[in-house]
Amino acid sequence: MFRAMAGEDVKRPISFTFEGRTVAAAPGMSVAAALLAEGITAFRQTAVSQSERGPFCMMGTCYDCVVLINGETVQACMTPVREGLIVARVPIVTQAQAS
Amino acid sequence: MSNSFDIVIIGAGPAGMTAAVEADRHGASVCLLDEQSDAGGQIYRNVAQAPAARTKIMGEDYREGAALVENLDASGAVHRRNVTVWKVGKDGAIAFSKDGQAEQIYARHIIIANGATERAVPVPGWTTPGVMTVGAAQILMKTSGIMPVGAVLIGSGPLLYLVARQLVAAGAPPKALVETQTRADLIRAMRHFWQALRGWKQLVKGVGLIAAIWWARVPRHTGATDIAIEGEGFVERIRFRAKGRDHVIQSDTVLLHQGVVPNTQVARSIGLDQIYDTAQFCFKPVTDAHGQSSNPLFSVAGDGAGIGGAKVAAISGRLSALNALRQINKITETDREKRAGPLLERREAEMAIRPFLDAAYPPPQQVLSPADDTIICRCEEVRAGDIRRYAALGCTGPNQTKSFGRSGMGACQGRYCGLVVTEILAEETGQSQDAVGSYRIRAPLKPISLGELAGLSDGKTP
Amino acid sequence: MATIVIGGGVVGLSVAYGLLKRGKEVIVLDGADDDFRASRGNFGLVWVQGKGANAPHYATWSRRSAALWSSFAQDLHAETGVDVDYQNAGGVEYFTDEAALQKQVETLSRLRDALGGDYPFDVLDHAALQERVPEIGPKVVGGIYTNMDGHVNPLYLLRALSIAVRKAGGTITTGTHVVKVDAQDRDFTVLLEDGTRIAGDALVLAAGLGAMELAHSLGFEAPIRPQQGQVLITEKLPFFLKYPSGTLRQVNEGGVQIGASKAEVGFDDDEDISTSAALAQHAIDVFPHLGQVKLLRSWAALRIMSPDGLPIYQRSPTALGASFMTCHSGITLAAAHANLMPDWVLESNAAPDVSQFSESRFHV
Repeated sequence: MFRAMAGEDVKRPISFTFEGRTVAAAPGMSVAAALLAEGITAFRQTAVSQSERGPFCMMGTCYDCVVLINGETVQACMTPVREGLIVARVPIVTQAQAS
Repeated sequence: MSNSFDIVIIGAGPAGMTAAVEADRHGASVCLLDEQSDAGGQIYRNVAQAPAARTKIMGEDYREGAALVENLDASGAVHRRNVTVWKVGKDGAIAFSKDGQAEQIYARHIIIANGATERAVPVPGWTTPGVMTVGAAQILMKTSGIMPVGAVLIGSGPLLYLVARQLVAAGAPPKALVETQTRADLIRAMRHFWQALRGWKQLVKGVGLIAAIWWARVPRHTGATDIAIEGEGFVERIRFRAKGRDHVIQSDTVLLHQGVVPNTQVARSIGLDQIYDTAQFCFKPVTDAHGQSSNPLFSVAGDGAGIGGAKVAAISGRLSALNALRQINKITETDREKRAGPLLERREAEMAIRPFLDAAYPPPQQVLSPADDTIICRCEEVRAGDIRRYAALGCTGPNQTKSFGRSGMGACQGRYCGLVVTEILAEETGQSQDAVGSYRIRAPLKPISLGELAGLSDGKTP
Repeated sequence: MATIVIGGGVVGLSVAYGLLKRGKEVIVLDGADDDFRASRGNFGLVWVQGKGANAPHYATWSRRSAALWSSFAQDLHAETGVDVDYQNAGGVEYFTDEAALQKQVETLSRLRDALGGDYPFDVLDHAALQERVPEIGPKVVGGIYTNMDGHVNPLYLLRALSIAVRKAGGTITTGTHVVKVDAQDRDFTVLLEDGTRIAGDALVLAAGLGAMELAHSLGFEAPIRPQQGQVLITEKLPFFLKYPSGTLRQVNEGGVQIGASKAEVGFDDDEDISTSAALAQHAIDVFPHLGQVKLLRSWAALRIMSPDGLPIYQRSPTALGASFMTCHSGITLAAAHANLMPDWVLESNAAPDVSQFSESRFHV
């Protein structure tokens, strides 16, 4: 669970949606940070086993925080929040499993 | 906007920033390619923008980055922001993506300053939502002013203590530290202690961190083994063994750390010679003292050339700039010797503590050689046991292993599984890590859209 | 006494597997992790359409192998537990140029005539194609469908063959480099770089581009050259592409594979931007929605090309018991290599007639 640090200005004037749910954010936050602050830790499912995944590295190298924005898959940790942004989970892919 | 420069620098952390300033000072045309919107890399992430209260919590080492950003802003270096480099050519051409458009840029010399990533810490359950690196928690604090409450920190290394102390200062002391360092590690490290005394200031800082953590009554468990993270869809608890007992700690957030390792994706993609550092358990590009790599067009600076920390990176950035200037004949050999001399001495002094730290906080066996059913490739969910099976099928290196089992084929392109696969194969086949090698890296270094790539087409049929 | 197979790619492993099934002792000598390894870089097609346009015997051979593929895949699954995911719902060649489409229709029609009518294909205009493949874009003028085509996961195939060869009692030694071969009639000694000597009474040279080094000492000409092909693969997508083409297929993991270029650049297996960009453009021309999809990886591999692009199957004129096998369609031909070619290697009565693929055809 994530909370604002001591001494932080907790105003969250920006509002966007994730899977239809409204999320409040402060300017400068990444989509990933805003979702974590909202208590959302899982952003997608893996193709191999449909396991839930969420942010891991926060620096754009692990690709576990990928979400769908404007029809494109993007890393939530590298995407700044914007007013009215519509964020969704990436469509589920199921794949043949190697034995 | 020009797309041709004397020197292009990839990465805007301490090494990239000082390299840009140094090169610009000597009259070279310089372009700094920054993946973030503001300079600082990861260690000084958001330092110029963060509010004062936040910067105070993160500590004085973090604040030092502000001066580097100021110097960069004051210099004549062209700072391209929000740039994703996706191809680096051996001939000095770089392709990158900015605002959804692919661009190409050319340089007479390129300084690779893309820093480090956290070492992967493959323990059971490490892919569960709520598990992150300590670096990730730091980035959240630096950029977004949020912190995990009641987190359990697992692993070893100075950064573990730094983040713990930062969390204490921020008002959310960790629920516990579960440390893999054993007394034997510390005793083995003592042979480097006299040398480490040269860096006594850093030692004092380290002791200060540990004292602050003790003062805040954060429970510490050392010599931890058999670590496992449990929870369905989110973290619920951590299990481990320490001091002869089984432990369980409830938490919804776990922060992992087993040191940082050089990010060698770019270096490998252009085929730079690399060597396995047995003290740091990772690959790094082969460079001379000035950062010159095996390709005359490329220097490597900062943690990407070998882990040394931010202060060392800042010095090595300047050294690599001087090297680049010498390579393109902007300064003479004599000039370079003169200017580099004091920098080399200072770097040596700053590196004095390294052997001690490397020996004191090694990655434990559980992480170097995970149990069979531990996922080691997060992207493709390949397990350690799968890699061992492929070794038994005759795979002698990571590339054949990748083709058999898909490890390294995911979006992260082996950034996290690469070292683990090399370690497992080395163990299984009895080869050295150098002999085993690493994944072949090809463009795109990071995913780019087909539309953007097609934009570079010159119309000919493939 | 053993049959030595030099080369542990798809050709070497397929024929090794077949030889083992016929009760021979087989030793496979495979190269290093970072050798060129065409078997790791191919497209994964089991493809018949268009092959052998000027050589009907090659069309027939490809077709024969494709017909054996289903039972070959089942056989491997039963032996190893690995499902290589062979799909044969047919294939479609997509065309964005009317003239090119017409030219191919003519080529295939000629081939059909040469084969006495036994060569099924349907020519589909844009509308008809769109009914089957709704995602095609406006630039697609039409396509050619045939039920003879299919695709498979080539990496699973390699792994399955590797397991199958071992299970059947074969030895695969990896990371080797053959320094020289002493070849007498039915008496071969292979010297490896580490000093090991391997002896056998039969030898199959199936070492891809590596065969060039050893060919002459075994009496082969091996007029082969490298031809670079680049392939792109996208991020995983929900499944949409039912019919693979020679240039686009959605693999079972979900990514769309885009290929493949042809470039004569010697032993260079580095990818280059203009080729990648052209491949990306082609993908978007056929499936416009792919424009927003992310390219995840690319690779380049070197095909082993003979002067006419057809396989070479040659028995050694200087040493009885040595044979040379090379092709650039190792996946399509894997079934034939596993089921038919071992009889040719063993010179048994069941041997297929592959005399048209010998090296003597280059002497005309």
